[in-house]
Amino acid sequence: MKSVLYGRFKRFIYEIDQLTRFSVKMFLSMFGRPIYVSETMEQLYLVGVGSLFLVVLTGIFVGQGMALQLNNEMAEMGSKFYLGRIMAISIIREIGPILTGLMVAARVAAGITAEIGSMKSSHQLDAMVAFGIDPIRKLAAPRLIALMVMVPVLTIICDIIAILGGWFIAIVVANITSATYFSMVLDRLTFGNIFMGVLKPVVFAYVIAFISCYKGFTTSGGTKGVGRSTNESVMISSVVILIVNFVLTRVVWSLLKGSL
Amino acid sequence: MIKFENISFGYNDHKVLDGVSFDIPDGESRVIMGPSGSGKSTILRLILGLDCPWSGKIFIDGLNICGMKLRDMQKIRKQIAMVFQDGALFDSMTVGENVGFYLLEYSDKKGSEIEDEVREMLHFVDLDPDIIDTLPEELSGGMRRRVAVARALLSTNPRLMLFDEPTTGLDPQATENVLNLMIKLREVKNISVIIVTHQIADALKLTSKYIVIRKGLVVFDGNIDQLRDCDSSEMSDFLAPFKKSIVEVVNKKIV
Ligand SMILES: Nc1ncnc2c1ncn2[C@@H]1O[C@H](COP(=O)(O)OP(=O)(O)OP(=O)(O)O)[C@@H](O)[C@H]1O
Ligand SMILES: [Mg+2]
Repeated sequence: MKSVLYGRFKRFIYEIDQLTRFSVKMFLSMFGRPIYVSETMEQLYLVGVGSLFLVVLTGIFVGQGMALQLNNEMAEMGSKFYLGRIMAISIIREIGPILTGLMVAARVAAGITAEIGSMKSSHQLDAMVAFGIDPIRKLAAPRLIALMVMVPVLTIICDIIAILGGWFIAIVVANITSATYFSMVLDRLTFGNIFMGVLKPVVFAYVIAFISCYKGFTTSGGTKGVGRSTNESVMISSVVILIVNFVLTRVVWSLLKGSL
Repeated sequence: MIKFENISFGYNDHKVLDGVSFDIPDGESRVIMGPSGSGKSTILRLILGLDCPWSGKIFIDGLNICGMKLRDMQKIRKQIAMVFQDGALFDSMTVGENVGFYLLEYSDKKGSEIEDEVREMLHFVDLDPDIIDTLPEELSGGMRRRVAVARALLSTNPRLMLFDEPTTGLDPQATENVLNLMIKLREVKNISVIIVTHQIADALKLTSKYIVIRKGLVVFDGNIDQLRDCDSSEMSDFLAPFKKSIVEVVNKKIV
């Protein structure tokens, strides 16, 4: 019994050790040479353009839905002029980053894990290593960079679209003037809010890249194994995004209380 | 140049090599033989540092590669060209990008120059150079194997080439071409070749020195004449099917 527990514990420590090493290696790979420019460009395109439609669609519908719900409540309390304010805060700080993060995780993480995983299972990674090439630098770094750039950009697009969706509801359903709505929105575009709204997607990007690449590089068990890691990659990165989101909210909140 | 010292290695809990030792001096070549599953491919993986031995030491140019820094290891790997048993072609790259992989990664040559070299190499392994833009999945098994060989041969300036059954599944003409190219490379550039194959006769054109692996051990290390005369009990059943071709080969050599 004791030895079983000890074995498990050792296994756990080993896993943590591997994860940390991989994470550090991956982070450093962004700065080292050689820089794979064309791979990075391709990934920027795949991540950015590939997820754009999904993010825009989500933004429109969630923005409108939220505005409709909030409008009803706020009208009852006689504070519907503040709709823009509430929309700006909730979208920029929480909804935009979370939605974009989850959408990109679903759209991109699966692809990355499946691609790297099947390269691993058909010995293509070994072949790359045999050529003296570091697969982390060649495969992981371009994806990490692309995600770090594109997730914040997509988040900002999602924010804008969702706020515009709210604006549509504001003028059509709630009878608030555009000027009121947007002045309220602008009022909440403070440093703290924008900082939180941009910091989150950067961290989410790292989470997605790290988990999906790690799962790809550690795939074993043939085609079935690739399927399993792909599933896990999407599931784990989604859950981790939600947890990290909460932690970030707490931390940034307590650090920047004054400017939020 | 390559020295295995008492190497033990396995996958998970399954031990494959159990105290393997051999020494291949600079510029010399070897044929590695042995029954299926005896660990021939594993030895090639160990030389490339793709796996680390459980115990024992591997020296390349006098340096112990086990536990070596990645950067140093990469320098060594750049001097080694390998043909994997299953080809391991990059399946999302075209044939041209596969064959020209080394040049695209490491040389400053222009795209058109690389393309010329790739076409020449494809022609050399008896492939139609116009397949340069197709994907590996559109090729037949034998064609893929030749692309894999071409990719390894186009690595500039390797000092050591590892071939894992490079001619299995090739027609005689292509086999001839590949072997001739290996011979040429070995003679002109003084490249060592380690080749895993079951075709003793073909391999003899490259080198007359053989290593036979069995049950995790080196059971034979010597030249073809010794192999013919070898009558150890461990070897006889494995060698029986080859006896005829060995004798043939030895006789031909004498003639
Ligand atoms: N990735 C792996 N995981 C687990 N076991 C493996 C793995 N690769 C090889 N083995 C096992 O190691 C042993 C040696 O394999 P290896 O591929 O080196 O044999 P081989 O001599 O090249 O055989 P063949 O002539 O069939 O190519 C086999 O028993 C095989 O089952
Ligand atoms: Mg093999």
